[in-house]
Amino acid sequence: MNRHLISAADLSRDDALRVLDTADELARISDRPIKKLPTLRGRTVVNLFFEDSTRTRISFEAAAKRLSADVINFSAKGSSVAKGESLKDTALTLEAMGADAVVIRHNASGAPHRLAEWVRGSVINAGDGAHEHPTQALLDAFTIRRRFGRSSDGQGPGGQAGRGGTLDGLRVTIVGDILHSRVARSNVILLHTLGAEVLLVAPPTLLPVAVDTWPCSIDYDLDAALPKSDVVMMLRIQLERMNAAFFPSVREYSRRYGLDCARMAQLPERAIVMHPGPMNRGVEIAAGVADSPRSTVVEQVANGVSVRMAVLYLLLGGAEGDQ
Amino acid sequence: MSANGGGAWLIRGARPLGGEPADIGVRDGLVAGVGPGAAAEAGPGAQVLDAAGLIALPGLVDLHTHLREPGREDAETVETGTMAAALGGFTAVHAMANTEPVADTAGVVEQIWRLGRQAGHCDVLPVGAVTSGLAGQQLAELGAMADSAARVRIFSDDGRCVSDAVLMRRALEYVKAFDGVIAQHAQEPRLTEGAQMNEGEMSGRLGLTGWPAVAEEAVIARDCLLAAHVGSALHLCHVSTAGSVEIIRWAKSKGWRVTAEVTPHHLLLTDDLVASYDPVYKVNPPLRTAADVAALRGALADGTIDCVATDHAPHPLEYKETEWAAAAFGMTGLETALRAVHEAMVETGLLDWAGVADRMSARPAAIGRLSGHGQPLAPGSAASLTLYDPGPREAVDPASHASRSRNTPFAGRVLPGRVVATFLRGRPTVLDGKLA
Amino acid sequence: MAHAQPAGRSGSGKDTTARPVSGDGKIVLEQAEIARALTRIGHEIIERTRGARQVILLGIPTRGVPLAARLAAGIHQVEGHPVPHGSLDITMYRDDLRLRPARALGRTQVPPDGIDGQIVVLVDDVLYSGRTVRAALDALNDLGRPRAVQLAVLVDRGHRELPIRPDYVGKNLPTAQHEVVRVLLTEVDGEDAVLLGVAGDATGGRSR
Repeated sequence: MNRHLISAADLSRDDALRVLDTADELARISDRPIKKLPTLRGRTVVNLFFEDSTRTRISFEAAAKRLSADVINFSAKGSSVAKGESLKDTALTLEAMGADAVVIRHNASGAPHRLAEWVRGSVINAGDGAHEHPTQALLDAFTIRRRFGRSSDGQGPGGQAGRGGTLDGLRVTIVGDILHSRVARSNVILLHTLGAEVLLVAPPTLLPVAVDTWPCSIDYDLDAALPKSDVVMMLRIQLERMNAAFFPSVREYSRRYGLDCARMAQLPERAIVMHPGPMNRGVEIAAGVADSPRSTVVEQVANGVSVRMAVLYLLLGGAEGDQ
Repeated sequence: MSANGGGAWLIRGARPLGGEPADIGVRDGLVAGVGPGAAAEAGPGAQVLDAAGLIALPGLVDLHTHLREPGREDAETVETGTMAAALGGFTAVHAMANTEPVADTAGVVEQIWRLGRQAGHCDVLPVGAVTSGLAGQQLAELGAMADSAARVRIFSDDGRCVSDAVLMRRALEYVKAFDGVIAQHAQEPRLTEGAQMNEGEMSGRLGLTGWPAVAEEAVIARDCLLAAHVGSALHLCHVSTAGSVEIIRWAKSKGWRVTAEVTPHHLLLTDDLVASYDPVYKVNPPLRTAADVAALRGALADGTIDCVATDHAPHPLEYKETEWAAAAFGMTGLETALRAVHEAMVETGLLDWAGVADRMSARPAAIGRLSGHGQPLAPGSAASLTLYDPGPREAVDPASHASRSRNTPFAGRVLPGRVVATFLRGRPTVLDGKLA
Repeated sequence: MAHAQPAGRSGSGKDTTARPVSGDGKIVLEQAEIARALTRIGHEIIERTRGARQVILLGIPTRGVPLAARLAAGIHQVEGHPVPHGSLDITMYRDDLRLRPARALGRTQVPPDGIDGQIVVLVDDVLYSGRTVRAALDALNDLGRPRAVQLAVLVDRGHRELPIRPDYVGKNLPTAQHEVVRVLLTEVDGEDAVLLGVAGDATGGRSR
C-alpha cells in the first residue's frame, strides 16, 4: 500500500480487499472484554481537523486508541484568513512532535497533498473540500459487503481468514449533490475498483460538467433507478445550495430526489439504504426509511471504527515504506 | 533611461531575425548600420560584442506586466521587475494598474513612470485603470492619465473584468479622443464566483470549483460587438480558450479593430498539472486543455492573436505555499517568456524568428502606440534589441531569477535558449546573461 | 533424529536416501507418522487434563488450526464428548511487526463461552524461537483468564530464544539454524508431511 491514503484511487483492488478483510477481523475485537490490541503502541496519530466533525474525529480517535496508539487532537479551526500559514506552520509543528500519521480534514480540496509535502508520516485524508473521503468509501464498501454476505466470514482452509469477496455485479445508486460531494467521488472510484456498477442520480445542476468521463452512469430520474438498485446511497443536501440556484426549493428537491417510504417500497427485496450522515430527515431521506431494517446508517458508524483501524494498521503497523 | 551611455557598439556576427549572420553597428542610440558597412558606421571607438550564433531581435515589448509597486513591494518593485524584464530580453513593459493605490490618476501613473526611468533597465509604460479603484462603477480620469507625463494609451481594469456593459461601452467611446485602447480582462464575474481552475474533467475530479470557458468567451463576444458598434479599438488580455480564438477570428474578419494577446504559460501548460494541487499552477485565467493550447498556438501563428504578453504576476512565498483555495492567482513570466515561446512556437515550426520578432516586439509596440520600440533592425531605428542564444537547454531555476518572487510554473523544467544581451537605445542593460 | 523415508512403498524399501514429495527438502515425518503423533498427543492431553473436560484447543494460524481440529476430533472419539476448538491469530501481538510491511491478519475464532477458567491448549505446527507462543500468551491475556495454558506442537526444532517449553510434542527434531522445517497438511497443502530443507530452497521458511 502507498504511504498515504489521500484518494480512493490510491488503492488497487488488492489493497482495497486487504483493507476490508483486515477490517473483518478487527471488527471482532468489539466482542472482547478488552477492546485493545498492542499493535501501534508507541506510535503517535494526530487528528488534524480544520472542519468541525465530531463524528469522524471520534471514529479515528477510537480506532487509533484500540490499537494502543497515542492520539493527539488538533482542532485548528483556522480560516484561510491567515493565508494558509496555519496549514504549513501546523504541519511543521506536527513534524517536530514526531507524528507517525496525520489524519486531516480540511475544507480546501488538496490540503492533504500539501500536508504530505511537509510531514514525514503517513497522511490520511478524512475529507478535503469536495475532493475525497476515502475511509468513508471504505466503510461504505465494508457495510455493503457484510449486508450482501460477501465478507471473509467463511472459514478458509486451515483457519486462515478467507479472502472476502468483491462487490462484483452489485448495482449501487448514489443520489444527491454529487457536484459538491467528496463522499460521492471516493465512492465512485472505490466501488468501481471493487467491481460494482455505479449509477448517479441528481438534478443536472448538481452533476459535475465532465461526469460522463467517470466510471459510472447517470440518470436524472430517481424513480426509474430504484427498481434496478441493490444499494441506494443518499447524500446530504445542503439547503444553502438553493440560494445559488442549484435547485428552486427544498420542497421540489425532496419531491424529485428524496427517498420516502413509497419509493423505498419500489426497491428490490434485498436492497439496502445507506447515508454517510448527518441526515436531513424529511428532505433527502424520510424518517421511516432511515429507521427501517433496510437502513445501514447505524452500522455504518460502527463499521467506520473497524475500517479505520484496518487503515491505521496497514499504514503504520509494519515497516515503513512501500511494500 | 534615454542616455545611450555614449558608447558605440559593434555587434559581430549576429543573425538578425534568425537570418544570415550580419554585423550590427550601434551609435548614438540608433542602429547605425547592418551588414558589411556596420563596422565603419559604428566607428573606430566602438566596443565589440562577439555575437556569433546569436539571434538578434528587436527589443521585446510586454503589454501586460504586474510590477506591484506601489503597495505590494514584498512581491516585486519597479526596480526588480524591470531587472527581470531586461534579463528576459524586454526593452519596454506595460505596468498594469492593480497596484495599491490603484493607478487611476495622473499622479499615480506618473509616479510609476518615474520609478521606471530611475531604474533604467527598460521603459515602463503605466497602464491606467478604466474605473476608479477598479470598482467597476465609475470611469477613472482617463484623459488626465493620457495627458500626463506617462502618456497612458492603454487602459485596463485587469485583475477584474469591466462587466457592466454600459460602462464598457462608454470607456470604448471615450478613449477614441486620444487614440487610447481599452484592454479587457474577460471574465464574467457571476459565472466564475469562487472559481479555482478550468471547468472540465479535471475540476470535476479534483473537487475544485470550475472557471468555465464560456465566462471568457461571452465577454469577448460582447465587447467585440460593442467595439464595432462604437468604432473603437479593443484589446483582449490573456486569451485562453479555443472558443475565444474563434470569436476573435470572426471579429477580425469583419474588419473590427480588435487585438489580442496570449501568455507564454497558456501556450505550454494544461490543467492536468493541477492534479498535484500545487498552487504554482494557479492562475487567472486558468490553465486549460490541450485543445485550447493547440488553438492558441495556431492563432498566434496565423496572427489572429497579435502578440505574446507575459501577465507576469509575482507573489511572495506565503501566498503560494498554502492549500489551493487560499493561494493567490498568478505566475511570473518575464525571465522565461522568450524561452517558452521558443519551445512552443519555434521548435514546433509554427513561427520563425521573424514571426517571434513580430509577435513579441513589433505588434505589441504598435498596440501600445510606442514609436521607439518594435522597429525593424535597420539603420535609423532605435538600437533597442535583444541577443538570444537558441542553443542551450537548461532547467529553469527560480532561485537565479532577478524577480523578487519565485512563483514560476516552469521551475525545474528544461527550456531552450538563453538571453545573452539586451540593449535599450544603444545602452546595454544585460550583457553575457547578467545585468549590465 | 531425522531419518529419510522413501516416498513410495516399492517393496524392499532399501533406498534410504530422501525422496522429496514436493519442492526441495527431505521428508522427516510422513503421513502415518503424523497421524500417530497426533493420536498420542490426544491421549496425553486426556491424561494430563484428566478427561479433557473444560479444555479448549486453540490453533495458531495457519497450520495450527487444522491440527487443533484434528486433535479435538481425536479426543472426541476417545472420550465421547466434543472438545471446543478454534483459532487464535497472533499477528497484532508479534514483536517483529516493524521489520516487515504490515501483514495480513489470520482468523481469530474463540468458542462462544470464552476462555475464562478453562484450560487452553495452544496448538501450533512448529516450535522454534518461542516468540509466536509469547505473542499468543499476550493475546490470550486480552481475551480472558484461563485456568491454565498448555502448549502442543507437532515439531519442536530447538533454538529457543525465550523461556518457553511445550507440554506436548509430536516429534523432537534437532536442526541447524540455517535449516528450515516445513509442515504440510492436507487441509492447507493437499498432503501431510514434515520436510527439512535448507534456507533459500523451495521450502522457504519463517522464524518460529
